[in-house]
Amino acid sequence: MSVLRRNAQIVFALAVLAAPFSGVMPAYWITLFDYIGMSTLVALGLVLLTGVGGMTSFGQAAFVGFGAYTSAALTLDYGLSPWETLPISLLVTGLAALLIGAVTVRLSGHYLPLGTIAWGIAFFYLFGNMPGLGAHDGLSGLPPLKVGAYALTDPRDFFVAVWVAVTFAFVASRNLLDSRIGRAIRVLRRGSTLAESFGAAAAKLKLLLFVYAAVLAGLAGWLYAHFQRAVSPGPFGVVNGVEYLLMAVLGGSGRIFGALLGAAGVTVLRDQLQDLLPHLVGHTGNYETIVFGAILVLILQTAPRGLWPLIAGPPPPPARPAPDGKTSLPTREMPAAGEPLLEAHALLRRFGGLVAVNDVGFALRAGEILALIGPNGAGKSTTFNLLTGAQTLNSGTIVFRGQEHRTMTPQLSARNGVARTFQHVQLLSDMSVLENVAFGGHLRGRAGALRAMIRLDRGEEAMLLAEAHKQIERVGLGEHAHKPAGSLALGQMRIVEIARALVLDPYLLLLDEPAAGLRVAEKKALAGLLRDLRRQGMAVLLVEHDMDFVMSLADRIVVLDFGVKISEGEPQVVRDDPRVREAYLGEAV
Amino acid sequence: MDSTIVLFLVQDAIINGAIYALVAVALLLVFAVTRIILVPQGEFVAFAALTLAALHAGRAPPTVWLLVALGVLTFVSVAWRQRRFFDARTLAVAALANLALPIALALLAQAMAPLKLGLASEILLTIALVTPMGPMIYRLAFEPLAEASVLVLLIAAFGVHFSLTGLGLAFFGPEGVSTPALIQGSFMIGALVVTGQSLAVVLATVALLAALGWFFRATLFGKALRACASNRLGARLVGVSTSMAGRIAFGVAALIGAISGVLVGAISTIYYDSGFLIGLKGFVAAIIAGLSSYAGAGVAAIAVGLVESFSSFWASAYKEALVFAAIIPVLVWRSLVVGHIEEDEE
Amino acid sequence: MSEPLLSVRDMCVAYGGVEAVRGVTIDAKRGSIVTVIGANGAGKTTLLNAIMGVLPSAGAVSFDGAGIDRTPLEARVARGLCLVPERRELFSNMSVADNLELGGFRRSAAERAETLEQIYARFPRLKERRAQEAGTLSGGERQMLAMGRALMARPRLLMLDEPSLGLAPRIVRDVFDIIVDLRRDGVTILLVEQNARAALQIADYAYVLELGQVSASGAAVDIAADPRLVESYLGLGGGDY
Repeated sequence: MSVLRRNAQIVFALAVLAAPFSGVMPAYWITLFDYIGMSTLVALGLVLLTGVGGMTSFGQAAFVGFGAYTSAALTLDYGLSPWETLPISLLVTGLAALLIGAVTVRLSGHYLPLGTIAWGIAFFYLFGNMPGLGAHDGLSGLPPLKVGAYALTDPRDFFVAVWVAVTFAFVASRNLLDSRIGRAIRVLRRGSTLAESFGAAAAKLKLLLFVYAAVLAGLAGWLYAHFQRAVSPGPFGVVNGVEYLLMAVLGGSGRIFGALLGAAGVTVLRDQLQDLLPHLVGHTGNYETIVFGAILVLILQTAPRGLWPLIAGPPPPPARPAPDGKTSLPTREMPAAGEPLLEAHALLRRFGGLVAVNDVGFALRAGEILALIGPNGAGKSTTFNLLTGAQTLNSGTIVFRGQEHRTMTPQLSARNGVARTFQHVQLLSDMSVLENVAFGGHLRGRAGALRAMIRLDRGEEAMLLAEAHKQIERVGLGEHAHKPAGSLALGQMRIVEIARALVLDPYLLLLDEPAAGLRVAEKKALAGLLRDLRRQGMAVLLVEHDMDFVMSLADRIVVLDFGVKISEGEPQVVRDDPRVREAYLGEAV
Repeated sequence: MDSTIVLFLVQDAIINGAIYALVAVALLLVFAVTRIILVPQGEFVAFAALTLAALHAGRAPPTVWLLVALGVLTFVSVAWRQRRFFDARTLAVAALANLALPIALALLAQAMAPLKLGLASEILLTIALVTPMGPMIYRLAFEPLAEASVLVLLIAAFGVHFSLTGLGLAFFGPEGVSTPALIQGSFMIGALVVTGQSLAVVLATVALLAALGWFFRATLFGKALRACASNRLGARLVGVSTSMAGRIAFGVAALIGAISGVLVGAISTIYYDSGFLIGLKGFVAAIIAGLSSYAGAGVAAIAVGLVESFSSFWASAYKEALVFAAIIPVLVWRSLVVGHIEEDEE
Repeated sequence: MSEPLLSVRDMCVAYGGVEAVRGVTIDAKRGSIVTVIGANGAGKTTLLNAIMGVLPSAGAVSFDGAGIDRTPLEARVARGLCLVPERRELFSNMSVADNLELGGFRRSAAERAETLEQIYARFPRLKERRAQEAGTLSGGERQMLAMGRALMARPRLLMLDEPSLGLAPRIVRDVFDIIVDLRRDGVTILLVEQNARAALQIADYAYVLELGQVSASGAAVDIAADPRLVESYLGLGGGDY
């Protein structure tokens, strides 16, 4: 089946490449499709950046400029051939992106796009004012691309070059997304906390994605330079940067074929509008921007996921490499039950004047289920976040397997073998359950982006997915593995989070309200699972509201109120403690 | 470079900086209240200058048709959104604000323009024509996106900017204009020639900022805007609607833009697309101030003016590149100061 | 006059994928204190937010005899429905006086001036601190300000979400005294509290919410005497997992 599908895709690709030579396709459309192909490359980078990674750039046109100007200058001044300048162009663009990205990608929220506007404009004026780059007139007389002695000067020949590049870019991008690194990148959209809680370095991944998008833009620039055989600053301004973003938004940011649709839509529309509008207005000018702007706003208002999902429906499940059954991921050796695992000493956390967690300490042993309870605002979640490094300690220490930590970060916590779930479910709703769960094993794989793009990661990927499958079966959601996570009921999503945590192969499982929203039977199944994990030597720390659940499951309970530990002990002891009764029921006034 | 040149450059920086400060203040206000980064703020500036130039030449400004067109579009979109929850009163108010008012203003401008009633009345009419565009743009483009992320709002703001620039070209044409100075002539302070217009710019800016300060501190609507910026849910719970606050904020921003346009038209030649760079420089100032401090934005705006005027003296070709590149170290500094921010807070 | 001021029928609220409130029906008689109690996570806050219109909900809500399902939040305020939220949601960088003035945003200037005097009389502490920024107030003062700001809207139904949360016992007593005073002045109160004993002491009628559903209701004195209440709070309900 998949072989058939792959062959069909290859036939289709060849048919596309042969189209301009069929004699049926008018020359006008061939040229238009050359431009569409080049724009697709840039838009593809933006689709990955915006729709997949949750960042945005208004400055992609500047990267196109880097690619174009690098090749133009090197071919003209040093007589290099375009093939020689190709790697240099990509390298220069990539390096520029690395430098700019190192500064801007760390910025949160709106500062990142604002930064891209600023350098987008700065480079536009730089291109237009450097005498070495021909200032406003630019550079002309560039050599064409040549295959042997044959020059690709006809738009028809160039069509092949452009669409081969587009095909490679699509394949590489798809492979990247469908890999360990790709999953981590897709998780970034939910914010850094989730990514880092499973050991993924959010800042590095963002930078990687940013550079990748820039290199795609640089490739488009290189093609553009040798198609036009001239470069000038005009097409590399912020206006063009916004047009590329329009393509990504129109097609559907997040879906790679959306880039193609968006690029085609905008390019064809511009071409038509440039003919039509000046007639209506009476004089010439860039009136298509009126329509472009309106389309951009309308798409955001009515179809924020773009047009591609409307046409193509939900994404198909990714190809899954089959595990060979012989190898599987190495697992940790669980400590013997009763061995000290985690000790929290005098944890303290202030928010302004409020002390949310005040001198809280407790210990947790392997093979133990400890529950953390208390009324609203007692500091349970803050304690939980301090242990996982999601919030920073003001003072206190965390000892994990004999090692003392005065500061904790989510990444360190994950590397220590601590896996967590979230009070507000943090799943990627458009990713399948399997992919969501497989992300939990991020630290258990090592294949990087380049290996993923050329599919050298398949063996490892098969093991990761097999492990994910195993844990999904274990929590009883086997039949849902290939559904989008967003289609599950909330209770099931909480269970998916537990499966994801288990794929990390943790010593300690931290669960934030796992039973909320579960039905009685599901709660029973969950309790059974947790008991099972306890038997294997795993430790569980539980924040939970459902008292029946806590009382029948936990070995010990720690009760917090007003940020202070007011009681600790076995369920029966805690239940009979008058301070606990008072904290929960309040006193009469 | 002698002290006269330095003084001259500083004077230049202060005048331009004052305009950028006005833009920055409008951007901060709109951002605080609505989370929208108002990229099209510069369009209000350019449209006002172009409108005033037309009025001063005794012609009815094309702005009237733009205003009527925007009004009709806004009304249609408000009515369309009401198709399921029909509410006669809201619709009547929308008709008044988006149909009756623009048409009345258009007729007034048509009647007044040939009379050449003098600069003061022309300025007032200009402000009256440009200011209503703010609330209209809010309703048309942003109200349906009230729940969207800052990023989506920013992209939409660029869409609006795109459309307005194109409309500016269609309605005003490609020719540049300059408007008469508010205070004619010039005078000497020591060795420095100070033009009347620079004095007018500084005075008007200070007066406008003072008036805004009063609006925010002393009036109920001003306080309501601050309340929205301070705590959106809290504001809704006392009955301040997000939509109304958005419209007021856009109205105030358009008003500030219109006044900036009246001031800037006498300093440099303004084209339909000049607003973008003016807006972006105000934007740079607002970012330097962390998109939160009004006073900081004012100081930053003067700094942007200084970078601009000194770089145009030393390396005029790279003036724009330098101004925008200057923001990069600021961003580095901010990212070091602010450190790690959780993006899912939004 | 026998018709309840607030009447909620079969309300369901789905929030972030959870059905936090499932088919809740409650009434609030004019001039009474009605309390909704329940353990953490039972859906109390969600219920109040949905009645106020902060969250969308299914089911029917009527206020003073008129359906308000389609009335936006801001217009509900104008009709006399007010919520003091759990997190207070004050304008922390504005003065106490400005916070109070904005509370009367939907009222005329004359009404605002008159109500402000009454509120200063009721909360002399706020009058002392009127020039201070709200963010610098103590926890108890913040709760007073939140209640004062809501009262500026001249509510007919005042909904209070965990007014005792994070307050010292002495201040909790003050807050509850004020709630009783307000009823005397004719304000109907819907009180959500985790401090069940305190709430039941001042309430006329009570609903117990469990996992998003009403599990018991009745006169407050009867509910207070019901042993099941303690069970549901402390995990003695016999649910065995």
